[in-house]
Amino acid sequence: MLKVNKINKHFGGVQAICDCTLEVEKGTITGLIGPNGAGKTTLFNVITGFYKPGSGQIHFNDEDITGLQPYQIFRRGLFRTFQITREYKEMSVLENLLLIPKGQVGERLWNVWFKAKTIAEQEQENLDKAQEILEFLEMKSKKDMPAKHLPGGEKKLLELGRMMMVDLDMVLLDEPGAGIPPILQNKVLDYIKKMSRERGLTLFVVEHDMNVIMNLCDPIIVMTDGSVLTQGSPEEVRSDKRVIQAYLGQNPSEHHT
Amino acid sequence: MISYFVSFLIIGSIYAIAALALNLQWGFTGLMNFGIGAFYMLGAYTSAILTSGPTTEHIGGFGLPVVAGFIGAALVSGGVAFLIGFPALRLRGGTFAIALLAIHETLLLVVRNESWLTNGVWGIRGIPRPFFEVVNPKHYGYIYLIIVGGLLLLIYLAIAKAVRSPWGRILRGIGEDEDLTSMSGKNCWSYKMQSFIFGSMIMGIAGAAYVHYTGFVSPQVFNPLMSTFIVWLMVMVGGTGNNRGVIAGAFLVWAIWVGSDFLTDFVPAAVATRIGFIRMLFVGIILGITVLTRPQGILSGEKRN
Ligand SMILES: Nc1ncnc2c1ncn2[C@@H]1O[C@H](COP(=O)(O)OP(=O)(O)O)[C@@H](O)[C@H]1O
Ligand SMILES: [Mg+2]
Repeated sequence: MLKVNKINKHFGGVQAICDCTLEVEKGTITGLIGPNGAGKTTLFNVITGFYKPGSGQIHFNDEDITGLQPYQIFRRGLFRTFQITREYKEMSVLENLLLIPKGQVGERLWNVWFKAKTIAEQEQENLDKAQEILEFLEMKSKKDMPAKHLPGGEKKLLELGRMMMVDLDMVLLDEPGAGIPPILQNKVLDYIKKMSRERGLTLFVVEHDMNVIMNLCDPIIVMTDGSVLTQGSPEEVRSDKRVIQAYLGQNPSEHHT
Repeated sequence: MISYFVSFLIIGSIYAIAALALNLQWGFTGLMNFGIGAFYMLGAYTSAILTSGPTTEHIGGFGLPVVAGFIGAALVSGGVAFLIGFPALRLRGGTFAIALLAIHETLLLVVRNESWLTNGVWGIRGIPRPFFEVVNPKHYGYIYLIIVGGLLLLIYLAIAKAVRSPWGRILRGIGEDEDLTSMSGKNCWSYKMQSFIFGSMIMGIAGAAYVHYTGFVSPQVFNPLMSTFIVWLMVMVGGTGNNRGVIAGAFLVWAIWVGSDFLTDFVPAAVATRIGFIRMLFVGIILGITVLTRPQGILSGEKRN
C-alpha cells in the first residue's frame, strides 16, 4: 500500500533520513519504533508532503506521490496526526472537526449564496457525525469551547476525532497514546483495531510505549539514524539484539522517544 | 449642517465597504493586503472611463449606465488581483504586504502619467451621478446615501454569510494554520486566491461608489495614506475578524479624521501641507487606546460574525 524507496532528507548538515526504504502492507497495523531523533516524525512529514525529500520516491496505492502537495495526498486517502498536537486554537472543538470532510458543497463560494439549503443539510449531517465522535471521545461537553483551552490529552483526542470524520485508506499516527488517560487510551486503541478489522484501514503507528506497540502492531519496523535497522513480528523485534543495542541498553519501554 | 452629515455618512459607508473587504482578506484569511488603494483606484477609474460622456482628453466616453460601471470596476479589480495573486500569494506575511504597496505605487505612476487613459493629474470629469436629474440637487445626498447604504448592507450580508459557511471556515483555518489546513485536504492556494480576488472586487466597487458620488476622479485621492493605511486603522480599531466591528471602526476613524480638519487652520502654512500626517497621529492615538483597552476592537464581545 505504501512504499518508501531510498528517501533522503537533510536539514542543513543534519541527515534526518538516510536512504530509508520500507513498505507498509494493506490492512496491517504497522509499528514504527526507534530512539529519539531516529527520524520517525521526519519520515511522516516527508510521506505526507509536508517536507520535500532530497531524493527517493514514495508510492501510495501504486501511485507515485513524491512531491505532491499535502492536500493532494490527503485527498488520496492518507491522513496523519501530529506528535506535537496541532489544532485551530480559536475555533471551537466542533469546528475543528467540521472543517475536515472532503468536498463539502459549501466549500465553493458561489454555493454559499445559492445553495444554502443543500449546505445546511450537509452541515447537519456533519454536525451529527462530529457530535457522535465527541461522545465517543468523552468530550461532548467541550464541543463549543475554543480548542486552545483543551488540556493536552484532549488535543490528542481531537486529532483522532479529525481522523474519524473522513473515510480513509491509511492513517499515520505519531504517538497517538501520549498524554491520554489509560482508560481512554484503551478505548482509542480498541477503536483503531476495530477500524483496521472492519474497514480494512491501514495504520502506520509511531509510539514510544512498548506495551502498546507490541500489543497493537504487527509487523514492527525499527528505525535508527534515519534508516531501517530491521523489521519483523513483535517477538522477532523484541528478541533482536541490535534493537536493544540501538536503545543503548536502556529498557525500551522506559525510553521516551 | 445636515448635508455635511449626509456626506460624512456616504464617505464613511464607502470606507466601511473597503474595510469589510480588508477584513475578509486579513481578518479571516491572514492576507496582509497593503495595496487596498490600488484596487480602489482601479475600480474608480474603470467606472469613470466606462460611464463618463464623450471627450477628447482621454480614452473612454463610453457613456455606459452606472450599473455597468460598477460591474466593470469589480471585474477589473478582481482580474488584476488574479494576475497579481499568481506571483504575490507565494510570498508570506510582510513580503506580500510590501509587494502590494509597491504595486499600488506603480499603478499610481501609470495613472498620473498615461494621460491618454486617465487624463493624468487633471483627472476625469463628468462622471454620471445616478438619479441626479430626478431630484433637487440640494437633496441629492439623501439619494446617494440610500444607494451606498444599500450597497454596504448587501456586501455585509454577502460577506457575513460567506464567512459563516464551510468556505469561510477554510479561510479561518488558513488564517490560523495554513499547513494544518493543507494537511486537512484543502487547497490553500486556491482559497487564498479566492479571498484575494473577492475582497479586491469589493474594493473596486468601493472605488466606483466614490466616483459616482463626487462625479470627478483624480490621482490625489489614492495616496496610500488615505486609501490604504486608513482602512487598516479602521479594521484594527473595529476589531480584526469582526464584520460589524469594522463597520463601526470605519465610521469612528472617519469621524475622527473629519473632526480633526479644524487643525489645518491652526498650524503654520508650511506644516499645513503635511497636516494629513498630524491628523493620522490622532487616529493612531485612538488606535493605541483601543488596543490597550479593548484588544478585540470597539465592538468586542461579538467576535467573528
Ligand atoms: N525542521 C527541522 N529542522 C532541523 N532539524 C530537524 C527538523 N526536524 C527534524 N530535525 C532533525 O532530524 C532528526 C530526526 O528527528 P525526528 O524525525 O523528529 O525524530 P523522531 O521523531 O524519530 O524522534 C533529529 O536530529 C532532528 O533534530
Ligand atoms: Mg518524533
